[in-house]
Amino acid sequence: MITIDGVDVQAPVDATILEAAAKQGTEVPTLCYLETLTAASACRLCVVEVEGARVLAPGCSRQVEEGMVIKTRSPRVDRARRMVLELLASSVDLSLAPELLELAEEYGAAPERFGEVRAQVQLPVNIDNGLYVQDLSKCVLCYRCVAACGDDAQHTYAISVTDRGFGAVISTEFGVALPDSACVFCGNCVAVCPTGALIVTTEYDMRQAGTWDEELQTVTRTICAYCGVGCNLDVHVQDNEIVKVTSPFDHEVTAGNLCIKGRFGWSHVSGPASPD
Amino acid sequence: MDLRNVTTPPSDRERVAIDRVLADHGFAETDGTPGRTAIGGRSAATRRDLLLPALHALNDAVGWISEGGLGYACERLTVPPAEGYGVATFYDQFSFEERVEVVRVCDDIVCGPYADQLIAGLDGIEVERTPCLGRCEKAPVAFIQQPGFRRTEIAPASPQSVLEGEPTSVDTHIGVIGEAVLLARVGSVDPESLDDYRGAGGYQALSRALDEGADAVLDRIEAARLRGRGGASFPAAAKWRAVAQAQGDKIVVCNADESEPGTFKDRVLMEADPFAVIEGMTLAAYVTGAERGFLYVRGEYALAERRMIDAIEAARAAGLLGEDVADGGFAFDVEVRRGAGAYICGEETSLFNSIEGLRGEPRDKPPFPTQEGLFGLPTVVNNVETLVGAVAITMDKDGNSKLFPISGAINNPGLYEAPLGVSVAALIEAAGGPTSDVQAVLVGGAAGKFLLPDDLEVTLDHGTEPPLGSGAIVVFDTATDMEVIVDRIARFFRDESCGKCVPCRVGTIRQVEALERLGNGGAERETLDDLAAVLRDASICGLGQLAAEAVQSALDLQLIGGRSD
Amino acid sequence: MFGAGGGTSSYEEIETTDLIVLWGSNAREAHPIFFHHLLKGIDNGATMYAIDPRRTSSTAWADHWLGIDVGSDIALANTIAREIIAQGLHNEAFIAHATTGFDEYRASVEPWTLQEGERVTGVPASAIQDLAHAYAKAETAQLLWTLGITEHYTAADNVFALINLALLTGHVGRYGSGLVPLRGQNNVQGGGDMGALPNKLPGGQDVADDVGRARFEATWGVELRAEPGWHLAQMFDAIEGGDLRTLYIIGENPAQSEADGAKARHALESLDCLVVQDIVMTATTELADVVFPAAVGWAESEGTVTSSERRVQRVRMAVAPPGEARDDIDILVAMANRLGHDWPATTAEEVWDELRSLSSWHAGMSYERLEALGGLQWPCPDESHPGSKFLHARLWEEPSGGPAAPFTVVEWRPPIDELTDEYPIRLTTGRHLDSFNTGVQSGRSRAPRRKGATIDISPEDAEHLDLSDGDLARVTSRRGSVVAPVAVETGLRDGLAFMTLHYPDEVDVNVLTLDKWDPKSGTAEFKATAVRIELEG
Repeated sequence: MITIDGVDVQAPVDATILEAAAKQGTEVPTLCYLETLTAASACRLCVVEVEGARVLAPGCSRQVEEGMVIKTRSPRVDRARRMVLELLASSVDLSLAPELLELAEEYGAAPERFGEVRAQVQLPVNIDNGLYVQDLSKCVLCYRCVAACGDDAQHTYAISVTDRGFGAVISTEFGVALPDSACVFCGNCVAVCPTGALIVTTEYDMRQAGTWDEELQTVTRTICAYCGVGCNLDVHVQDNEIVKVTSPFDHEVTAGNLCIKGRFGWSHVSGPASPD
Repeated sequence: MDLRNVTTPPSDRERVAIDRVLADHGFAETDGTPGRTAIGGRSAATRRDLLLPALHALNDAVGWISEGGLGYACERLTVPPAEGYGVATFYDQFSFEERVEVVRVCDDIVCGPYADQLIAGLDGIEVERTPCLGRCEKAPVAFIQQPGFRRTEIAPASPQSVLEGEPTSVDTHIGVIGEAVLLARVGSVDPESLDDYRGAGGYQALSRALDEGADAVLDRIEAARLRGRGGASFPAAAKWRAVAQAQGDKIVVCNADESEPGTFKDRVLMEADPFAVIEGMTLAAYVTGAERGFLYVRGEYALAERRMIDAIEAARAAGLLGEDVADGGFAFDVEVRRGAGAYICGEETSLFNSIEGLRGEPRDKPPFPTQEGLFGLPTVVNNVETLVGAVAITMDKDGNSKLFPISGAINNPGLYEAPLGVSVAALIEAAGGPTSDVQAVLVGGAAGKFLLPDDLEVTLDHGTEPPLGSGAIVVFDTATDMEVIVDRIARFFRDESCGKCVPCRVGTIRQVEALERLGNGGAERETLDDLAAVLRDASICGLGQLAAEAVQSALDLQLIGGRSD
Repeated sequence: MFGAGGGTSSYEEIETTDLIVLWGSNAREAHPIFFHHLLKGIDNGATMYAIDPRRTSSTAWADHWLGIDVGSDIALANTIAREIIAQGLHNEAFIAHATTGFDEYRASVEPWTLQEGERVTGVPASAIQDLAHAYAKAETAQLLWTLGITEHYTAADNVFALINLALLTGHVGRYGSGLVPLRGQNNVQGGGDMGALPNKLPGGQDVADDVGRARFEATWGVELRAEPGWHLAQMFDAIEGGDLRTLYIIGENPAQSEADGAKARHALESLDCLVVQDIVMTATTELADVVFPAAVGWAESEGTVTSSERRVQRVRMAVAPPGEARDDIDILVAMANRLGHDWPATTAEEVWDELRSLSSWHAGMSYERLEALGGLQWPCPDESHPGSKFLHARLWEEPSGGPAAPFTVVEWRPPIDELTDEYPIRLTTGRHLDSFNTGVQSGRSRAPRRKGATIDISPEDAEHLDLSDGDLARVTSRRGSVVAPVAVETGLRDGLAFMTLHYPDEVDVNVLTLDKWDPKSGTAEFKATAVRIELEG
């Protein structure tokens, strides 16, 4: 038995605080956490107060213990979350992370307090392949892409966090272009990116052109036409043209992952496109 | 693993350096029948822990890490090149541009006043400013890295001594209030002689442990209330007991990554009494049942590392490490691993990751090291001083004795031993008193707190204010610009943050910026307080959690800024 | 197998199995998302063996790789079996309980000593022994294969040889242990399940079974032949023999995908009438008298497909088909009506519901359930059934339910296309990660690292033949020759070369391959061609 926000809750032994709270119907905000990936505990947005603990605990990775008394909201928790959001909003372009911007507003984050002259993540947009774009000025270093490229899904290990501190950045070895790296262009990193720092080229181009409009889009679940594994595809269509393909995270066959053929091999549907 | 290897080949020197370091660590390629069988997958990737030694081998051999060199190291160890690069770029000591040599000049809180002048005198040489090099008692300090495996510590450093490359001799001034327990042999035994060490009572603790059994040792250490001397003050006996009770393979780690600014106590122990460190680890191994030990020494302690390696070899040759330690019916051996310029790796879980060949980022706790530590195994991790303390306690010495490195504006900077409960004033007096009027005293290093001259009667102990931390005491006189000192501390945390968690990655840089605005008359107290709160409450590890301590105490004591609210 | 043409296990089982044996499969590239499940298994501690002539990206993940000679799979399987039996590691209780024919089988593998196995397969005896022991001793083991097993003229025997190993050790019919052929196309499993096999009606119903056939006849109101039809290779023989004069091809590109391509194209050209229905123009539509533009099955129409774990899932219309392209069902109904029948317009769901009324495997799979559950695995006999994660649990039941599983004595026969001084190099074929079959679909999409058509040779052969990366080489088999740029690959050994079929417009590899097919399955010997390679020009 544990207590969450004053309510007694039964939680399985190996449940995380996040899971226990969700079971009780309490939503704890997250950023770096994704169900299909190992929790990185990096963003600290999901911190909660555990009675008797010296510091706040990350809800995504801390397992509940018998008798734990947890507060998912408190002045201390809210201050930490507000600050995390302020720190992110003051340093990274969150324009393609509407949920974070909403949270920032909800928690009263005021990133402008850090002044005009402040360090920000400013990196050139990397367009070095025809399939996806890296716009690392939008990167919050949530480690999701690294996990998806690595041990949690693809096991290709084309990218890593490199350097340290505020200068830490997602990179290939020696910063080589993606086509010269180990990247196999599965796009599983793109699929897990929460801020649009990784974005498929079709979406990037349409956003640049001002034609990307999710209100006009339909998303249809179907099955990939390549090989016999049976990967679920979510086909995003705008004006009767496929604009993007993703895979559902909650389906056991793919867990959100695809290969280059499934995610990017749909040009035969939208009519002839020039390869490369 | 289907890795895409770097196609640039290594140079011959790089190849030889890698091949040699891997062979020295007993790593042989598992090749099958060409074209017919091969070992692959995880079975080919079992020695990731040799990545950091391999990176050192490259950097030591040729002065930098090239694409071909890193690629070859990764290929040999079945490490993805991107990950190898991510690990290599984590550390300050590695260069990714070709260079002949580099002189690292400390510009931290003690050496800072001398740094500009020293650097100006080194015109034409590649110089990097570096945080505390751990020889504060002989400020200023420099560290030279040259190709061909040459690493030299220079203290005190002058342009001339740097150019001559004259290494430092071990003559740290020591002083004792009360009985010498931890420093009993320092300066009086030959650190290169096992016989000397034995003649001075060395290895009697291990003998006694073998006679009385592990439980007796545990009980004695528990009764002596030995607490961790790395800064966290965790009861040593509790760690040992937890690991002793765990099943399966276990590990003892000696944390010798002493990097807290103003701190040089572990260095002195390793340089002057290395066998005591080994005996301490061996004692921990005997009590816990661990067969493998790692000593992780910071990369700037070249002499201490040398002394430890030599002592380990001597102990091994004498049967005090190996398959049957001291004929006591248990196996234990120690490997030395060298850090590469990253304060964060003194955090115990970062240290594990660093040894394992991962980026030195901290892990969540729980699980604690005693549950899942190095290589996922139950691990005792103790500071050098703690382990030497355990040896002394086993011989019925006072477990309350503590080391205090004292530097700055003090007449006899050096390493002092005194019983816990000693006052700051008494320590300063023992060190010959301040060189001039005291403005402030920093206790516990960059992660510690300032004291004003009126508050020096306060006593130092585990769990009291100000926090004991590493025990470092730095005295600042009234001529010191405290804004510069506090700024240096804030920049230290900004530079040493690993970058994993948002509060520390962004918060430490915002703290530096806010201090700058404060210096320009800005009203920043609320912002600094908010930053301190999120750092303390929400950072993953101790680095971030303590990154605002000194700044906050300086603000509270109006050493800087004054109260803007 | 054992009366049900489908893999026995679910993908999730490989995540917790103890031993993975990947045989003749480059799943890392050909089935990348299945390989994710396999990698989870490795991460969870499974040991992996991989058997492949090439050191592929898949085999790089194996703890142990066995570099077999092309076409010696039966020899290897029989050697493994003999070693298991000789060491007493076979599962005697399971064999007695659930199988027949063991004594004959044991006698048939008796000559396959480790030394004999090494002689024929090229794999060191100790490595074969390791694999045999590991497989026999594993608590659970998954044996997986792909076209490296089936694109041989001994395809069916190759599969039987693997099934024998599972029967010998009891690695089938239990959660975690099984036999899994990975399907190369998104509905090759479903196509077979729907009766697109010469000897089957939907739901695995044998055409020769009078009772079963009668149910279909009653529902469809027609009389059905009790004799099997032709499989693909037989059709081409029939075209050559003049017995088949009209061909209606739906969604295939045999002009480029058939072995001995020149011969295949000649056959298609000789037809009186060729109708081709496809989503884009292909080399085959160019030979057609009539082309029916079809909607893209996975994105422009409704229906179901079935995956390698027997999971039936819905495909849905995401975009409207372009121009005159129509849904396959519409085209078929229109065809029927133009041929004088009176078929009403039919939805995919109506067709499916009829199938459910006839196939017990699918009876419980309503569209509603498929939607709600993210697909269902057959057999799923009624609407309360959760679907079947694995098959043949009956083999372990007490008493064993249904017929016993037979061992099949299989003899190793070497590849037909013999290596000689004139054709000294063994050419084998396979896939690249970023391309698919003849490239009809994949070729239109970008792939930054697409390698293109090459003749891949080993560093040793490159040296003998004085060839380097990028040189143009002429590759000649007994049937024809092509020119391709050389790529030197360390994953190949002396005497072994590799090409893919993805770029027939650049290099028509099937000019080289042999159309000798397996009488049981109709698969041709794509994997084993004897060639010589020389600098072109």
